[in-house]
Amino acid sequence: MADNRAFYNEILLDHNMHPGHKHELPDADMEMRGYNPTCGDDITLRLKVADGIVVDGAFTGSGCAISQASADMMLDLVIGKPKEEALRLSDIFLRMIKGSASEEEIDELEEAGALQDVSHMPARVKCAVLGWHTLEQLLEDEE
Amino acid sequence: MVNEDLLAIDYKKDFPLLRELDVAYLDNSATSQRPQCVVDAESEFYLKHNANPLRGLYQLAMEATDGYENARIAVQKFINAKSEEEIIFTRNTSESLNLVAYSYGLSNLQAGDEIVTTIMEHHSNMLPWRMVAAKTGAVVKYIECAQDGSISEAALEEAITSKTKIVAMAQVGNVLGRLNPVEKAIELAHKVGAVAVIDGAQSVPHMPVDVQASDADFLAFSGHKMFGPMGIGVLYGKKKLLKKMPPFLYGGEMINWVSRETQEYAPLPHKFEAGTVNAAGAVGLHAAIDYIQSVGFEVIEAREAALTKIAFEGMQKIEGVHIIGSDKWEEHKGIITFTIEGVHPHDIAAIFDADGVNIRAGNHCAQPLLDHLGTGATARMSLAFYNTVADVERFLASLSTMRERMGYGR
Repeated sequence: MADNRAFYNEILLDHNMHPGHKHELPDADMEMRGYNPTCGDDITLRLKVADGIVVDGAFTGSGCAISQASADMMLDLVIGKPKEEALRLSDIFLRMIKGSASEEEIDELEEAGALQDVSHMPARVKCAVLGWHTLEQLLEDEE
Repeated sequence: MVNEDLLAIDYKKDFPLLRELDVAYLDNSATSQRPQCVVDAESEFYLKHNANPLRGLYQLAMEATDGYENARIAVQKFINAKSEEEIIFTRNTSESLNLVAYSYGLSNLQAGDEIVTTIMEHHSNMLPWRMVAAKTGAVVKYIECAQDGSISEAALEEAITSKTKIVAMAQVGNVLGRLNPVEKAIELAHKVGAVAVIDGAQSVPHMPVDVQASDADFLAFSGHKMFGPMGIGVLYGKKKLLKKMPPFLYGGEMINWVSRETQEYAPLPHKFEAGTVNAAGAVGLHAAIDYIQSVGFEVIEAREAALTKIAFEGMQKIEGVHIIGSDKWEEHKGIITFTIEGVHPHDIAAIFDADGVNIRAGNHCAQPLLDHLGTGATARMSLAFYNTVADVERFLASLSTMRERMGYGR
């Protein structure tokens, strides 16, 4: 964990301190709570989906910088995309955390690619994937 | 000896891990490090005296038995129990408390009885009592502490009534590090005919504990928090209580004889030690007790207090750091739990780790207390006598950069 200093980089810190998508979403048509019992990260993800496209999304809750920034980066990436595309990107993210995504795939994740070093931090994996797992469950449940 | 001289003594030389690793190990409430003599004692048991204790009739088995039973006597003397029959070896504090709950609790409590405990207990001194309540119809009552972690005599007097059958309390809380009024609780428990169960996990390693002086009915503690091996723990119980209690676990070595239909259980303490015991662990614990006594509680307490003071006063000066519990350093027995405004405890622990400082983050197995205090997850630093001023300075240096490194005030 010697590279933790580098891990808490500007991108992560910025999303943690100024999360653009951390707010209520009154016209959401689906929501799901994601919770990490081991560390207490607790988010509620809300989406508005129309014609198979994620037109808006937001989250509320509390947790460590990694869980909060990761959820925020995820919403940056998937809002405006078709559900299938959101699920495809989510799959890439989860594989990136396991260390099995290619460089090209990680590029597709845009800023969320900044979390790839979490794959070397087993204690923090659950924090990083919380939002993404919740997203997958929401979209898959809907199908 | 004045504090400066006392703090100058190098005890880390006795601890191989602390000698080798460049870390400030400040998670001693979770588990301590072990000195070479403990590792050697455990290893020597396996290398030179290993046989199944308490049953073999040959020289080697008798050596194993002696090692195990001598450890029991060492524990007896360490906590000043009247008899070695009152010392039961378990795996850890949790198992010791479960033993009392299953054996004493289930056979002595009934609907309408009350178990009095406190809101600051570790889950292992809370959940076993809830189990007893659920199975017997008894009720668990929680004494609440003030925001500074104190429990008043009035609160004790109000909670402990003629309905009370068990009073269960930690001597030192694992989150706030405060010394609880256990003597008063024991006295009140006895007045109403209840038994007092004391969780000594955070006190026994750090201060002299005398079960005859306190008159506790049961005392539970772990070897691994007092420089001994993992997997060995102790339950002290008064003989008159233990004698009447049914076994907790059944099996080998806890019986005198067994026929097809009936059996007679072994006398104390073996009635409560079913199966092959952790003799090597007990021998390691014996070495840990000898080591603690060679250092002396006077030195241990003085060093821990001096380090607590430096850490506490340093933390008070850092903007955005909030200490949970008392605002007096004297009321933190080597344990300081805190939050940093805007920084989640898991991030705190990760940044400390990058700086070579090991602390705990989360709920510390005491979620009801954190809910009661309204803090949520927190970070905790906890000291042992082998820690140094340099460890504390390293902790403070890292702590003072934390908010800035998380993006505040740039």
